[in-house]
Amino acid sequence: MAAVGETFTKKLFSFYIPLFFFTILMLFPFYWMFITSIKPNRELYNVKSLPFWVFNPTLEHWKYLFKNTLFTRWALNTLFISIVSTAISLISGIMAGYALSRLRFKGASALGIAIFITYLVPPTLLFIPLAEVVHNFNLLDTPWALILTYPTFLIPFCTWLLSGYFKTIPKELEECARIDGATRLQAMIWIILPLATPGILSAGMFAFTLSWNEFIYALVFLSSPTQKTIPVGVVSELIKGDVFFWGSLMAGALFGSIPVALIYSFFVEHYVTGLTGAVKG
Amino acid sequence: MKPNVKSVENQVEQVSDYADSKLTSMEYVGLAVKEIEEKKRDKLKSGYLERENILAYILVAPAVIILVLFIAYPFVLGVWLSLTDKTVGHEGSFVGLQNFRNILKSQIFLQTVQNTFVYTGVATVLKLVFGLALALVLNRQFKFKRLVRASMLLPWIIPTVLSTLAWLWMFDATFSVFNWILVHLGILKRGLVWLGDPHLAMVSVIIVNAWRGIPFFAISLLAGLQTIPPDLYEAADMDGAGSFAKFWHITLPMLMPVLLVVLIFSVIVTFADFQVVYVLTRGGPSNSTHLFATLAYQVALASGRLGEGAAISLFMFPFLLLVIIVQLWYIRREQ
Repeated sequence: MAAVGETFTKKLFSFYIPLFFFTILMLFPFYWMFITSIKPNRELYNVKSLPFWVFNPTLEHWKYLFKNTLFTRWALNTLFISIVSTAISLISGIMAGYALSRLRFKGASALGIAIFITYLVPPTLLFIPLAEVVHNFNLLDTPWALILTYPTFLIPFCTWLLSGYFKTIPKELEECARIDGATRLQAMIWIILPLATPGILSAGMFAFTLSWNEFIYALVFLSSPTQKTIPVGVVSELIKGDVFFWGSLMAGALFGSIPVALIYSFFVEHYVTGLTGAVKG
Repeated sequence: MKPNVKSVENQVEQVSDYADSKLTSMEYVGLAVKEIEEKKRDKLKSGYLERENILAYILVAPAVIILVLFIAYPFVLGVWLSLTDKTVGHEGSFVGLQNFRNILKSQIFLQTVQNTFVYTGVATVLKLVFGLALALVLNRQFKFKRLVRASMLLPWIIPTVLSTLAWLWMFDATFSVFNWILVHLGILKRGLVWLGDPHLAMVSVIIVNAWRGIPFFAISLLAGLQTIPPDLYEAADMDGAGSFAKFWHITLPMLMPVLLVVLIFSVIVTFADFQVVYVLTRGGPSNSTHLFATLAYQVALASGRLGEGAAISLFMFPFLLLVIIVQLWYIRREQ
C-alpha cells in the first residue's frame, strides 16, 4: 500500500529500517543455533574470538549427536507418535466436524461449545491428574501415553477448523448426490471430503507440528531415555549437570527443528490458512 | 462417482421391466421414473445411517470418547486430587481444602501469582505492539515478500523448547552474545548475568515468550489487514487524512475483531506457559520467575506432592474460565 510519491527517507524509516530490525530479531536465534553447531570448541569457549563467525567450521558436533547420543531414536519416536496421533485426531475431527456443520441433532450446539472450550484448555492445567489416568491405564513410559493424550488438544482444533471449512462447501452439492441415490455417508466421503482437501491438509499439518513440538506431556509421561521425543530428549539428556555441550546441544536443536521447518516450507499457504482459520474460529 | 453409476444401472433395469407391458414409450418411462423416485425415498428412510441424528451421534462418538476420557475425567480427578494429601508412593486421604489453605499462605505461591500476571501482561503488550508493527511492514509490496513473510513465522513454528535452548546459550553467564555486543559497543564495562538476577531473569523470559508470539500476532493481523477494503483508504486520502489518522480511524477499528480473538488466545497460552521458564530458569533465581505451571510441576513431580501440585494447577482455572466466558460472549455477540 505504498502511497504514491513517498520519499525515500520516509520509506527508509517507515519500512526498510523496521523490516531489517524484525528480520534480525526473528531470525538471529536460528543463525546462532546453526553457527554454534559447526564451531569447534576452541572458538566456542573463547571470549576473545569474534562470536558471529566461524573460522574453522567442523562437523564434530553433528557427528557426536548422531553417533554418541540417542538422537535418531528420539527422532523415530517423535515421528511415530506425531503420525499416529495426527491420524487419530484428523479422522475424529473430520467426523465430528462434519456432524457439527451439516447434521441437525439434539445437543449439537452444546457439543460445539464444549469442544470449543476444550480447545482453550491448556495442557498445563491437567497434566498432573492426566499422569494419574495414564498410569492407571498402564501406559506410562510408552508411546501410547502421548498418542492417546495428544488428541485432547488436536481433536478440538481439527474439529473447529474443519467444521468451519465444511460450512463453506455448498449444501446443494451433497443434495444432488443424494437425489442420485447416494447415502449420507457416501455423499460425505465422495463429495465433501475431496472438496475439503485443502482444509484437511491444513489441519493435518498443523496437528503434526503441534505433536512434534509438544513438551510437557512428553516430559511428564516418559522417563526412559530410549522412549523420549526430540524436545524432551534434547533438553533432558544432552544437558548433563552444569556442563553444557553447546555444540551438540545446538546441533540437536537444529536437527529437531528442520523437519517442522521443511514441512512448513512446502505448505506455507496451507499453514497460514490453518492458522488464520483457527483464529477466526 | 459410484452413486451415479449405480442409479443409471437401476434405471435401466426398471425400464426393461416395463418393456413387456403395452404402454407407450413415454408412459412407461414416466412410470419407471416415478417408481424409482419412490424406491429411493424408501431407501433413504430405511437404514439407521440415514437417520440424521443417529449418524451424527456415531460421527461425534470418537471425539467425545477421547475428550471425556482424557479431559473431563482428568479434570474431575484433578479436583479430587487437590482435596487429598496424595504423594508419589502414598495413596493419601481426603483433607478438604487444606492444600488450598497451605498454598495461599505460602510466600512462593504469592510470588508466583505476581510473576504470572507480570509475565502475561508485559509479554502480551509486547506481542501486540510488535506484532501489529510487523503486520503493517509485511502488508506492503516489496521484493521477496513471500519468502520474508514465510521466514518471519519460524519462531512460532519451531519447537519452543529447542529455540529457547538457543536463547539459553545467548543468555549464558560467560559467553552471552548480548554481553559481547554491549561490552564491545562500550555500553557496559562488564557483562550482565541475565538469568542470575531476579529482575533480569524475568526480563529474559518475557523477551523469549514475546519473540515466540510476535509472528502469531503478525500473521493473524496481516490476514485481518488484507480484508480491509482499499477504497476506505482512498476515500480518506481524498479527505486529506494523514497516515496516523488513517491508522487510527480505519485500520485499528477494522482490525478489532481479529485483534480481540488473537489477544484472548495469546493471554491463555501465556498465562499457562511452561516451556520457556522451564528451559531458561526453572523458576529461579529464588522463585522470581515461577509461573503456575512451573510451580505445579516442581511441587508435584520434583517434590512428589501430587495433591498440592494439582491444587496449584487448579488456581489457573478461575482466570482461564473468565477469559473463556469473555470469548464466548464475544462470539455470540458477533453472530
